[in-house]
Amino acid sequence: MTLTRHDVEGIAELARLEISEAELPVYVGSLSSIVGFIDQLSAASTENVEPMAHPLENQVQPLREDQVTETDHRDRYQGNAPAVEAGLYLVPKVIE
Amino acid sequence: MTAAELGRGLRAGKFTSVEVTKHFLGRIDHSGKQLNAFITVTPERAMADAARADARIARGEGGLLTGVPLAHKDIFCTEGVLTSCGSRMLSNFVAPYDATVVERLAGAGMVMLGKTNMDEFAMGSSNETSWYGPVRNPWDGTKVPGGSSGGSAAAVAARLVPVATGTDTGGSIRQPGALTGLTGFKPTYGRVSRYGMVAFASSLDQAGVLAQSAEDAALVLGAMAGHDARDSTCVNAPVPDYSAGLGRPMKGLRIGVIGEFFGAGLEEGTGKAVRTALEAFRAMGATIAELSLPNLPLSVPTYYVVAPAECSSNLSRFDGVRFGHRCADPRDLRDMYKRSRGEGFGAEVKRRIMTGTYVLSAGYYDAYYLKAQKVRSLINADFKRAFGEVDVLMGPTTPTPAFAIGAKTNDPITMYLNDIYTIGANLAGLPAVSVPCGFVDGLPVGLQIIGPHFAEERLLAAAHAWQQVTDWHRRVPPMFA
Repeated sequence: MTLTRHDVEGIAELARLEISEAELPVYVGSLSSIVGFIDQLSAASTENVEPMAHPLENQVQPLREDQVTETDHRDRYQGNAPAVEAGLYLVPKVIE
Repeated sequence: MTAAELGRGLRAGKFTSVEVTKHFLGRIDHSGKQLNAFITVTPERAMADAARADARIARGEGGLLTGVPLAHKDIFCTEGVLTSCGSRMLSNFVAPYDATVVERLAGAGMVMLGKTNMDEFAMGSSNETSWYGPVRNPWDGTKVPGGSSGGSAAAVAARLVPVATGTDTGGSIRQPGALTGLTGFKPTYGRVSRYGMVAFASSLDQAGVLAQSAEDAALVLGAMAGHDARDSTCVNAPVPDYSAGLGRPMKGLRIGVIGEFFGAGLEEGTGKAVRTALEAFRAMGATIAELSLPNLPLSVPTYYVVAPAECSSNLSRFDGVRFGHRCADPRDLRDMYKRSRGEGFGAEVKRRIMTGTYVLSAGYYDAYYLKAQKVRSLINADFKRAFGEVDVLMGPTTPTPAFAIGAKTNDPITMYLNDIYTIGANLAGLPAVSVPCGFVDGLPVGLQIIGPHFAEERLLAAAHAWQQVTDWHRRVPPMFA
C-alpha cells in the first residue's frame, strides 16, 4: 500500500507534528515502505486467536488503599517547565 | 578488571573507590569524546560517591558492588542531572527524581560516572538517531556500536567504565552487546522496575545490563531487580541469588536451536561462530535439538506495529507545556504543540510516532494493531511450545557483525531487520542474553540465549559456563587495551 502526500499530512496533523515541505516527500516514501512491510501480517491466519496486549499472563493489576501517598513537589517539577506563573503552567491564549 | 574483580579488590583493601573512580574518569576524559559514548559525565558527584563508598567499606559495610563505578543509559532519570534520552526534546530536562534502577544501584554503593549516549528515545539499532551524534564502535571507529544502548556498550567495551545499564525494547541491549563483544542481559518483562525510565513501548521495555561477563551481569541484575510498587507491571516475586546459581553444570541442559534464525539473511562467519558455540555446549554435556518457531519470521512486522503504536501514545506527553522543548513565539496552542514536537523530535522518532498514529487510527486499527496483537499471540505460543521441549533456545544475536556508520540510515526497513533475531523475546516478554562467541574480520559477534519467563538463573549459568571455556569476553579493543 502506498500513502499519499495528503495521507501523511493528515497523520502528521493527528500526531501534532509540524513537518516541513522538504521533509514531507521523505516521509511519504518511508512510511509507504513501512506500511508495505507491515502489510505482510495480513497473510497470517489469526482466526480464533486472542490478541495479546501484555507479555505476562495471569498478572493482575495490584490495588492499593485510596490514600494520599505523594508529597508536594510542584516547585521542583515546574523547574523543568518552559513557562510558569504563580504555580500555574502557561500556554498560549486558548479563549479569546 | 570486571565489576566483580573490582568489588573484591575494594573489599580486600587493594585499592580505594576514589582511586578506581579517578582511573575510569581519566579514561573517559581521554577517550570519551572520540567514541561519543557519554552525553553527560558527572565527575564531582562520582568523587563524592566514591569517598562515601570508601567510608562504607572501611566500616565493614561494603557489599559486592560498593565502590564499583558504573554508567547509566541516559533514559534513566537521575535526580539533578540532565536526562536527555538522546533527544533535543529533553536536552534541557534535569530529572527531579531518581529511577528505581538508579536508586537501587546507588543503594548498593555503586558510583555513577555519567550518562551514556543512545538512539533518540531508544528508537534505533545503530545509535545514529541520537541528537548528540553517533557513537563509534571501539573495535572500529568507522562502524556503529549497535543501538539503542550504543553509548553504554561502547563505554564498557572500551573499558571507560566497568559496567553500564541499558534498556531493551527490541534488542537494544543484546544487539549492541553482540556488536561490541559484551555480555548484554535483558531480563524477563516485569523483573526490573520501569519507574523513572523514559517510556518508549510500555509492553516491551525492560531494563538490563551491559557487562564484561555473566558474573558481572548476575551481580548487577541482582542489585537492580525486584518488586517496586511504583511500577504496576513490576512483578512481585523474590529475586534469586543470581551469583550463587552461576556454577550450575551444563550436563543435561536441553538446548533448542531455532531453525528460522539460520536462514538466508545470516552472514556466514556469524553463523559459523554460533555453530561452534553450540558444539561446545554439546561437549559440556548439553543436548541439542533443532526446533521450528514458524511464526517467528513475523516478529519484525509485528513489532513495527506494536512498538510505534505504544510510542505514539507514550510520546504524546511531550507537548511543550510541562517539560521539554517549546518552540519560540507560538501563534496558538496547536501551533505550539506542532512546532515544539516537530523541532524537538528527530526524523526516526517522528517516523515511528506517525507509523503508530496511522496503525491506531480509525479504519486501520483492526487491520494493523489488532492483527499485530493476534500475531504476537502466535509468536508467544511458538515460544511456549518450544519451552515445553527444551530448557533454553540458542541462536545468533544479530545477522551480521557491526556495519559502517551511515550504511543503513536512508532505509528504515533494512535498519529494522537488524533486530530480526532479538525482537521475538521482547514480544513474548522473555529473558535473553547475548554473549561474545567469536570475531568476523576483527569485529565481535554474539550468541543469543533465550529462556522462559523468570529463567534468568538458567541463562546466566549457561553464559557463565561458556565463559569458563572461552575467552572471547576478555578481549579488549586494541586501541583501548
